[in-house]
Amino acid sequence: MMIHGISAVYMREILILSKRLTRQIPSWSISPLLYLVAFGYAAGHASPVAGHTYMQFLIPGLIAMTSMTQAFAIASEINITRFYWHIFEEFQAAPVSDFAYVAGEVLAGMTRAFLAVIVIMILGILFGVHEHYNCVFVAAVLLNSFVFASLAVGLAMLVKSHADQAMLNSFVITPMAFLGGTFFPVDRLPEWAGRILSLLPLTHASTAIRAACFGNNVPVVSWLVLGAAGSVFFVISVFCVEKAKD
Amino acid sequence: MQAIVLENLEKTYKNIKALDSINLEVNQGELFAYLGPNGAGKTTTIRILTGLTRPGSGRCFINGFDIKKNTGEARRQYGLVPQAVNLDQELTVAENLMIHGLLFRMKFREIRARTREVLGYVGLEDYIKAPAKTLSGGMKRRLMIARALMHSPGVLFLDEPTAGLDPGIRRRIWTLIKKIQARGTTVFLTTHYIEEAEFLADRVAFLDKGRIVALDTPENFMSAVGAWAIDRFTDDRMQTLYFRDREQARAFNIENFTHYTLRRVNLEDAFLSLTGRKPGPEEH
Repeated sequence: MMIHGISAVYMREILILSKRLTRQIPSWSISPLLYLVAFGYAAGHASPVAGHTYMQFLIPGLIAMTSMTQAFAIASEINITRFYWHIFEEFQAAPVSDFAYVAGEVLAGMTRAFLAVIVIMILGILFGVHEHYNCVFVAAVLLNSFVFASLAVGLAMLVKSHADQAMLNSFVITPMAFLGGTFFPVDRLPEWAGRILSLLPLTHASTAIRAACFGNNVPVVSWLVLGAAGSVFFVISVFCVEKAKD
Repeated sequence: MQAIVLENLEKTYKNIKALDSINLEVNQGELFAYLGPNGAGKTTTIRILTGLTRPGSGRCFINGFDIKKNTGEARRQYGLVPQAVNLDQELTVAENLMIHGLLFRMKFREIRARTREVLGYVGLEDYIKAPAKTLSGGMKRRLMIARALMHSPGVLFLDEPTAGLDPGIRRRIWTLIKKIQARGTTVFLTTHYIEEAEFLADRVAFLDKGRIVALDTPENFMSAVGAWAIDRFTDDRMQTLYFRDREQARAFNIENFTHYTLRRVNLEDAFLSLTGRKPGPEEH
């Protein structure tokens, strides 16, 4: 019976996304394109990393970063439905469990993230960069987007305004995007900094996605950290939905 | 069985009592109006009944289902038309109804058939493919009513359904609400438009500062005040006097006043005599 609630919430988000897709694809393309030009061509052309060209190193980092930001972007969509359109009330008044609501939104965030990742994969191919896009890669991307979509739903329930949401992006997502092993290997930092960054889910997502792209084995610890973080965030989100009531 | 039962319902926001021991029973098929100034607790009551706000204490039942213990079943019993327009503006009329149908576990075939039915019912059948954002204010209200009726609820909650609409559209919505009641649906309406309650309601509860101060039929409320009224205007204020018939009022007026209005007693007179205040928005 729960599947009805999940599919209703998911279908609503996907219907809206489908109507915006022609605008959304250019917006998903622009940031990675700029990063590829600025960091890939201009800054990193001559610096190989761990036996790979910098472009080969950069693409998985961009994929990790984009799957994080796009999955997390579901928070803004939820806030618009809560504070501006009041559509969240339609879900609250329906016979839909908090679990089903969170699951529907998280799946929508993961779908959105995966579509944005496909755009980067195409860009990478256009730039002449070839990676191993296999099942392990897909699993790592989906797990990373599950982590951040779950975090997004929980935080969207806790914030009181759009301004709070923007602050979370500035203080949580942006630093993680740059420091989570996306643009440079974490082991190039001082040891203490590396230890702190190894606590971030995105660092493990970058490691996992990069390992998959290079055809290597993904470290078990990365799977465990991402799985644990996603599960914890998801459970917290379910409780936060109830808290969102007056 | 009563359609709606509230037992000692209370709600406090930061030491302010929004609802104070509300006890209420609404009969099956009744059109019940919940009337009071802004901030009286009307919307809080509806929000608690429809699961949007957690109740403080007390119990609420909809068609016999406890909203706390049988939440899922209770929610299937009612449709809600909230005060603010909460349509998905980017989606079409049909898509808005489809999402609602899915939320209430309707099958796609059932959704398609019911969509045509409810849109015909509210007079929006020609707009099935129109994006919700292209509809006028009155059409959006009618679409919200259609959406609330999609899963064929026994109880319909309408929170200020005509707020901000022009008089012509308001009348059209009133006719629609009467039509919905005529099909056997219980309608629970909050409003601060006194004429709305007077025109529509079988019974009216006057709410003031979180308490029900009176509950009766509009006819009984009005007859308790009188049948005719004279609004007498002086330099700085208006005084209203009540009379049991027109002749008595005219005779009194002729002898005493020069500037006046002679009119029938309405529900606003009843509210004024009970609370000393008008039921519209409060002045601060």
